[in-house]
Amino acid sequence: MAKTYKVAFKLNGKDVAAEVEPRELLIYTLREKLAHTGSHIGCETTHCGACTVDVDGMSVKACTVLTVQCDGSQLLTVEGLEQGGVLHALQQAFHEEHGLQCGYCTPGMLTRAYRLLQENPNPTEHDIRYGISGNLCRCTGYQNIVKAVQSAARKLTATAAKAA
Amino acid sequence: MGDLSDIKEREEKLQGMGTSLLRKEDAKFIRGQGAYIDDIKLPGMLFGAIVRSPYAHARIKSINKSKALATPGVVAVLVADDLKPVNLHWMPTVGGDVQAVLADKKVHFQLQEVAMVLASDRYAAYDGAAAVEVDYEELPAIIDPKKSLAKDAVIIREDIADKKEVGHGPRTHPNHIFTWEAGDKAAADAAFSGAAVTVREEILNPRVHPCPLETCGCVASFNKATGNLTLYVTSQVPHLLRTVLAMLSGIAESKIRVVGGDIGGGFGNKVPIYPGYVVATVASIVTGVPIKWIESRIDNISTTGFARDYHCVGELAADKDGRIKGLRFTAIADHGAFNSHVSASKLPAGLFSICTGSYAIPNAYCRVDAVYTNKAPGGVAYRCSLRVTEAVYLIERMMDVLAHKMGVDKAEIRRRNFVQPEQFPYTTAFGWTLDSGAYHTALEKVLKAVDYDGLRREQAAKRADPSSPTLMGIGIATFTEIVGAGPTKVCDILGIGLFDSCEIRVHPTGGVIARLGTMSQGQGHATTYAQIIATELGLPASDIVVEEGDTDKSPYGAGTWGSRSTPVSGAATAQAARKIKEKAKKIAAHLLEVAEGDLEWEIDRFKVKGNPSQAKTMKEICMVAHTGNLPAGMEQGLNAVTYYDPPNLTFPFGAYLCVVDIDKFTGEVKVRRFYALDDCGTRINPMIIEGQIHGGLTEAFAVAMGQQLPFDENGNHLGNSLLDYFLPTAMETPHWETDHTVTPCPHHPIGAKGVAESPHVGGIPCFSNAVIDAFAHLGISHMDMPHSAYRVWQQCNALGVNKR
Repeated sequence: MAKTYKVAFKLNGKDVAAEVEPRELLIYTLREKLAHTGSHIGCETTHCGACTVDVDGMSVKACTVLTVQCDGSQLLTVEGLEQGGVLHALQQAFHEEHGLQCGYCTPGMLTRAYRLLQENPNPTEHDIRYGISGNLCRCTGYQNIVKAVQSAARKLTATAAKAA
Repeated sequence: MGDLSDIKEREEKLQGMGTSLLRKEDAKFIRGQGAYIDDIKLPGMLFGAIVRSPYAHARIKSINKSKALATPGVVAVLVADDLKPVNLHWMPTVGGDVQAVLADKKVHFQLQEVAMVLASDRYAAYDGAAAVEVDYEELPAIIDPKKSLAKDAVIIREDIADKKEVGHGPRTHPNHIFTWEAGDKAAADAAFSGAAVTVREEILNPRVHPCPLETCGCVASFNKATGNLTLYVTSQVPHLLRTVLAMLSGIAESKIRVVGGDIGGGFGNKVPIYPGYVVATVASIVTGVPIKWIESRIDNISTTGFARDYHCVGELAADKDGRIKGLRFTAIADHGAFNSHVSASKLPAGLFSICTGSYAIPNAYCRVDAVYTNKAPGGVAYRCSLRVTEAVYLIERMMDVLAHKMGVDKAEIRRRNFVQPEQFPYTTAFGWTLDSGAYHTALEKVLKAVDYDGLRREQAAKRADPSSPTLMGIGIATFTEIVGAGPTKVCDILGIGLFDSCEIRVHPTGGVIARLGTMSQGQGHATTYAQIIATELGLPASDIVVEEGDTDKSPYGAGTWGSRSTPVSGAATAQAARKIKEKAKKIAAHLLEVAEGDLEWEIDRFKVKGNPSQAKTMKEICMVAHTGNLPAGMEQGLNAVTYYDPPNLTFPFGAYLCVVDIDKFTGEVKVRRFYALDDCGTRINPMIIEGQIHGGLTEAFAVAMGQQLPFDENGNHLGNSLLDYFLPTAMETPHWETDHTVTPCPHHPIGAKGVAESPHVGGIPCFSNAVIDAFAHLGISHMDMPHSAYRVWQQCNALGVNKR
């Protein structure tokens, strides 16, 4: 029996812990041990981005991160975007702009777009396309996803301006 | 006559047909609460990992399970011998062939299934799979389908070597599957011998793969106490799968439940019945616990239903004005090692005979010769509506080839050959009756929108300028699709007709639940079918729940593929709603104490003609239908079910135009503009239609510009992961401009035709035509797909256009 390690981190603001082998991937721990199946698996070569989560302020592909690397980290997944029953502007925008069809790439897209807008609150279309180029979609052709991110960016900027 | 603003307000409240209603499906997906197959966890569930063959063609000399069984967490290892007692080591295919479930003495393609290891978790299962020892004796492999029928070719299918036919007529060779023909060869030959102009081109439609973002998988759960089998599965065809499972397993169909939940994309990849599903089912029966099997991406690309692999020869014969008098299209079809692809049983080459396209071609002949090779089985998939991508690619390419030979403009050659508006319904030389069309209108609208003449002038100027760093190409595709399989007299799978169904129940307080035999994988059925019912019944779409996929609940249907949902179960939905409306009218007449003929319907209520203040809304009638206040002899309830056998397929069409600029020095193709006009008849939800067009065009872009599944001569896959297989990102994907015309389908209850595959069918030849058009002035009439930068560079280099 391989040696296991206790790993503890914050997942969407809550303290969680898991006992894992060193080789266990974060996406597996999230989905199988921590009951967070929002992040998905679409490949095994790090290309598709369906597993994208946010770790310590960075977009990360959970299929290419070992859970042991996340000890003490802050993780955000799609399940953490809605706060107090209120959808995040990105979630609302994806809905309004028809930025999803089968929904499989959507959690990864949302989590990636979240970090993209944190880093670049007023992205150009090119910035957005480049920024989500690590997230594949087979259904939408990306056009409405880009519109959704643009719409959310406008809303978030307006909200921030109001708050200021 | 009611107040117009009041009528408008009541209509808007319904959010019925024609509205861009935001999707009901979104709420769970944007929260990460979809229930895809890998999200399912059942108590005691084991995970199954498949051991696969490294060789494309080999005998299995022995399999040693001992190290695998000793691996921590491993519970069992199943091989073909373990399936023999239940006679499931082979299974019949819908194509009339048989397919190995687990390789029995021999493997026929690289990564074919050899064993399944069952373990407590995914890691242990894959550890176990790596420990299974298989001793192979390699055999020569056939990879090139043109070599399959060679006199001395190695026999691939020794198991059926003595069979004179495999479901579709006489075989001429052990590696031959079938030959299928349509049309009138003598008439076509006569047209060619008398023709002023003939063109001939060899055109490859390379093997590609639909590659939905979610791979295939299932959770099989057999209950030993009750004898019930539940299969949660990524299947576009839950009812058909249930029937086939009953036939294969001997379990009564009433004790089998197939559940298609949320599916992460299908595109035809999730129609076939895969060995993984069958082994997982047997494993559950044997162990008595649920078994989950989820394939990897490499497994998916390498072994599940691929698309195309049609090696074609196109020939057209025309008069001096470019009017086509004869068509001869032939293809060698590489079906892989087993003929497992989905098609109607009478149509082994699917709907390939739509290849006369949008044109009035009087004499036509086509032939498809299908052969075995040492590759994965399949062929019909990828947004193709049963080989329609192959057919339309061929005709749209050949129109350009003809135009090129004759020096006629590529839009003009199409105008001269279009079926005229007054000719509809038009029966083609192959016997398909095109229901409705307005091809000239669609084309002219597109040409005007892009200033076609201006583009050709620009192209001429660039061609005359030797210092221009790019080659400009303009591609046109004016396609006619054939979807909505289909009339049961022509279309069946294993004898089961391709009808479909809708069952509607209306509740006393006006809510509605509708269940259908189709199966969404992202197409927005829960929203669009609610809109159909909202308009038909005058009840708001927000109160209408639509369900699909659970065979215990839904009426029988043939699932969702080939753009058949709107044409078939959409029709069933309208007709079921109309049955309810007829009953409601009788109730209204009873309540208002008038004859039925004195009533007229307005948006959401029945009004008395000439006395409009006397009315009953559908909502009121919903409650009354559950009381005793009904006409004498009438049963309570407002429910109906319709099984719809379509009278014909439907024929959506479109006109697409693409402008490309090709870098002479790198071969990189930049898509400057893509204008897509689609006519799918009545448009139920314009927002969803547009989304489907974007998606289909992006997949067309992927196919035309970069996808292929290459093999070496030993049958090794050379590009079966996302390292190599081209899935466009947001960076490469062009911007799409969409437009539409509306030519309703005359035989459909709401005039709708279906649309989601059109952009893929029309997009692929449009991109190809654009790239080739860029080289047309240099004498190039054809270039095979994919038009990757390297392949286009090779053309530039061969022509010397990259010399400074």
